[in-house]
Amino acid sequence: MSNVPSNLKYAASHEWVLVNDDGTVTIGITDHAQEALGDLVFVELPEVGAHYAAEKEIAVVESVKAAADVYAPIAGTVTEVNQAAADAPEAVNADAYAAWLFKLKPDNLADVDALLDAAGYQAVADAA
Amino acid sequence: MLKKTLLNAAHRALNARMVDFGGWDMPVNYGSQIEEHHAVRKDCGMFDVSHMCPVDLVGADCRAFLSRLVANDVAKLTVSGKALYSAMLNDAGGVIDDLIIYFLTETRFRIVVNAGTAEKDLAWMQAKAAEWQLDVSITQRRDGANSLGIIAVQGPNARAKVWQALEPILPQAKAATEGLKAFFAAEVDQYFIASTGYTGEDGYEIMLPAGEAESLWNALKDAGVAPCGLGARDTLRLEAGMNLYGQDMDETVSPLDAGLAWTVAMKDEREFVGKAALTVNGQKQQFLGLILLDKGVLRGHQKVVTAQGDGEITSGSFSPTLQHSIALARLPLGVQIGDEVSVDIRGKLLKAKVTKPVFARNGKAVQ
Repeated sequence: MSNVPSNLKYAASHEWVLVNDDGTVTIGITDHAQEALGDLVFVELPEVGAHYAAEKEIAVVESVKAAADVYAPIAGTVTEVNQAAADAPEAVNADAYAAWLFKLKPDNLADVDALLDAAGYQAVADAA
Repeated sequence: MLKKTLLNAAHRALNARMVDFGGWDMPVNYGSQIEEHHAVRKDCGMFDVSHMCPVDLVGADCRAFLSRLVANDVAKLTVSGKALYSAMLNDAGGVIDDLIIYFLTETRFRIVVNAGTAEKDLAWMQAKAAEWQLDVSITQRRDGANSLGIIAVQGPNARAKVWQALEPILPQAKAATEGLKAFFAAEVDQYFIASTGYTGEDGYEIMLPAGEAESLWNALKDAGVAPCGLGARDTLRLEAGMNLYGQDMDETVSPLDAGLAWTVAMKDEREFVGKAALTVNGQKQQFLGLILLDKGVLRGHQKVVTAQGDGEITSGSFSPTLQHSIALARLPLGVQIGDEVSVDIRGKLLKAKVTKPVFARNGKAVQ
């Protein structure tokens, strides 16, 4: 069973979203996703300042086994990336919720409300 | 419905991550595929490869049959127990499968073929034996009665661990196998123990009655052998520069373009299926290695841009030994080892160095 914290929101494409006090959101891939991919060896992050529409490819994570796209769960502009995750991708395997990938300034913060909650994502992960 | 090997329950008991591998429910890893990879390079790991198919040939014409059937020359098999790696070609010179042939006696040979190709291989062999009217019976040993399990134990400590695990049930195994040079096999009671493998390390591949596979697996585990999945098996064989059927070659690819010229015995008068096509077509591409100089991961089907034209990656991944991404690729003739080329990864051209198609063996990087 993978770990699905209840304080986060989720996209069915296996990203987690944390709403920060300053109105930005922090995004990473779920524990289920890291487990399915296996040992991660490469992370390609977006550029700060770039804008992405919802469900657009925004980053890439590659394990020994496969490459997987990471999608923007909501529309927004990249404000910060976690270079530490790119320098040591195994950190995502060790703790997928600590090793975030990037932060977005949402076009509309209310878009987060439409994402899955923990129970909703758990159902998606169980069906995968 | 996925097929299962007799070790399926053992894999699940070890919390293996299972995947559909060509219709077989197989372990891809038991946790970390990279740790399993290092276990084989530095110590010892084991793989369930019971999805692969042993095929026994019996009859007076075994050698004559194989001489025509495969591209390598079984005349090289002069000592009982010796093994030979070969491609089996179609009339167009494409690779139907790659396989290992073990010479036991003049009337008994054993072949091991790939899992996903076993049915078509058997049909092809049966058809050729009938067409050539040769005295050879062809019997698969993977499914049904008298089926065999296969456990590959690989790594610098593999032989000692196998002897330790077999001591209570087959104490004569050590004496019978410790003198085996690379690419030989010994039959010990019901066990067939071969010094072959798919990792670039020393070790054994053990074929045994299927009902005994789980007890040997558990004995090896108790002896400290790390269970390893198909994930580590793939990075180990890639580092060792060993071809994977279906990725590095298939029925549309000539062995001469897939780095297998060393296994094709063209020079003498012997006729074999596909020889005429190889003679006409010759070599059109070369099979070489790539090491990615930029950050990223090389993968199969990525385009390689060289001064001599475009090539294609056939297998690529991250090399745990080199800590860089590596690949095997079919490149245009004229590309030289040491050349810098570009690989198209998601629309970006990244730099890679052309190398010999081998990266690590016997615990060490060779690039």
